[in-house]
Amino acid sequence: MKSIYMDHSATTPVDREVFEAMVPYYTDIYGNSSSVHSQGQKAYRALEESREKVAALLGAKPNEIIFTSGGTEADNQAIITYLAKNPKKGNHIITSAIEHHAVLHTCEFLAQQGFELTVLPVNSYGEVEPDTLRDAIRPNTALVSIMHANNEIGTIEPIKELAAIAHEAGAVFHTDAVQTVGKIPVNVTELGVDLLSASAHKLYGPKGVGCLYVSKGVRIGSFMHGGGHERNLRAGTVNVPGVVGFAQAAEMAMQRLSSREAPLAGLAKRLTDGIFAAIPNTRLTGHPEKRLPGSVSVCFDYVEGESILLMLDNHGIMASSGSACASGSLDPSHVLLAIGLPHEAAHGSLRLTMGKDNTEEDVDYILKVLPPIIKNLRVMSPLGQ
Amino acid sequence: MQYSQKVMDHFMNPRNVGTLENPSGVGEVGNPTCGDIMHIEIVVKDDRIEDIKFRTFGCAAAIATSSMVTEIVKGKTLEEAEKITNRTVAEALDGLPPVKMHCSNLAADALHEAIKSYRQGGAPEASIEKGCCQSEPDSACQQGMEINLPK
Ligand code: FES
Repeated sequence: MKSIYMDHSATTPVDREVFEAMVPYYTDIYGNSSSVHSQGQKAYRALEESREKVAALLGAKPNEIIFTSGGTEADNQAIITYLAKNPKKGNHIITSAIEHHAVLHTCEFLAQQGFELTVLPVNSYGEVEPDTLRDAIRPNTALVSIMHANNEIGTIEPIKELAAIAHEAGAVFHTDAVQTVGKIPVNVTELGVDLLSASAHKLYGPKGVGCLYVSKGVRIGSFMHGGGHERNLRAGTVNVPGVVGFAQAAEMAMQRLSSREAPLAGLAKRLTDGIFAAIPNTRLTGHPEKRLPGSVSVCFDYVEGESILLMLDNHGIMASSGSACASGSLDPSHVLLAIGLPHEAAHGSLRLTMGKDNTEEDVDYILKVLPPIIKNLRVMSPLGQ
Repeated sequence: MQYSQKVMDHFMNPRNVGTLENPSGVGEVGNPTCGDIMHIEIVVKDDRIEDIKFRTFGCAAAIATSSMVTEIVKGKTLEEAEKITNRTVAEALDGLPPVKMHCSNLAADALHEAIKSYRQGGAPEASIEKGCCQSEPDSACQQGMEINLPK
């Protein structure tokens, strides 16, 4: 049976070369990068070289990168410790309704602790409109956190403009760039962000490692306590093999990013057009153009997402859905509701996120398999007849 | 989360999908937990469920439980069918993942609604009107509530 993986926004396979780069750091160069002896020194050198590579991908300086256990930790650290370390900057935070839970729930946690929280609405494409930020920002706004691109609907946010608005008002700007780093050009200076989170496993690197970019002069603190690693900003023995893998993945992404983008966008177009041609009562979610390359997200009326996923999986196709039934929590995706979809429409959500190894053949295979699946499920549905 | 083989079988090859020409009873319920809808039609003859069809808007568990409930009660007397509970259905499917137990509520509820509508004279609309959620917010909501269908 075919096996077609189209859930790259969830995670990606580790690239062979990345894996091979990591292996020696488990078995041969196993030192703790904080140790004085030569094993430690070798690990330390690998760590610092990796920092340079990851910094290069982001257009940052190496000393502005802190390695973390992933995007979620980076988001938590950025938001929580910035506020803890800068109490005079105010107690108001702003985020958007379509953030990843790593940001949204962190902000909600802070609101329970007494911070004032504004959650900005988005338009029907899932964009945070600069004017909504302009209207919401106040003299006591300390931090604004808006994601670079949305993981479910693929929309890319106008970060540059949003960051400028935050700065005018004296607030720092954090962006969760987990979905964009390695997929589209991400340059911290061009974007004008102060804090940025990234994760290795979205760009063919290993799970369990990510980073936080902290612009020089922005004060954050340690999130966990217990060691002087990462310039006292991230306690815990550094995951050197993971970091080396992250760096290798970053280096490869940097070299190949520009040649990958257009083909992925082409595949996404082929798939989207094909779906719309073959399946009536379908809606596109997210922005039609300003979206992640390779991301296709749609809702089919009258059917439910988990059913679609299992039928697709039966044909070897792996995808995801924002449907309530497909989420462990039985809540439909907050992103789909935020863009104004009614509950029933969010129910029929399907997300296909393609990666570097997907081909036109894969797309055509899906276009063969998907329409009858939707048709069968619609026959079974009491709605829309 | 993983479904039993029986669930997957009934999901992939659902029995008794569709509608009936002249149903003697129609039941329709919606689930407030996740927003799915189940619709069951029956033909009753000599107090027995002679034929039964369903249509479901929902997850694999919802489809499988609908399919299973139709299979269980086809040919049974109304009295027997009225005794079917959500548990009977879940057990017949070799269990459901805990997060999906609420889906099994729908199947039995829709069946009971269909029988009720038959006993009340079979007017298909009769069973769709009542919203138990309003009358008994706590218990009824967890059992699945009836809703008005977008026509
Ligand atoms: S129908 Fe929604 S979880 Fe089963």
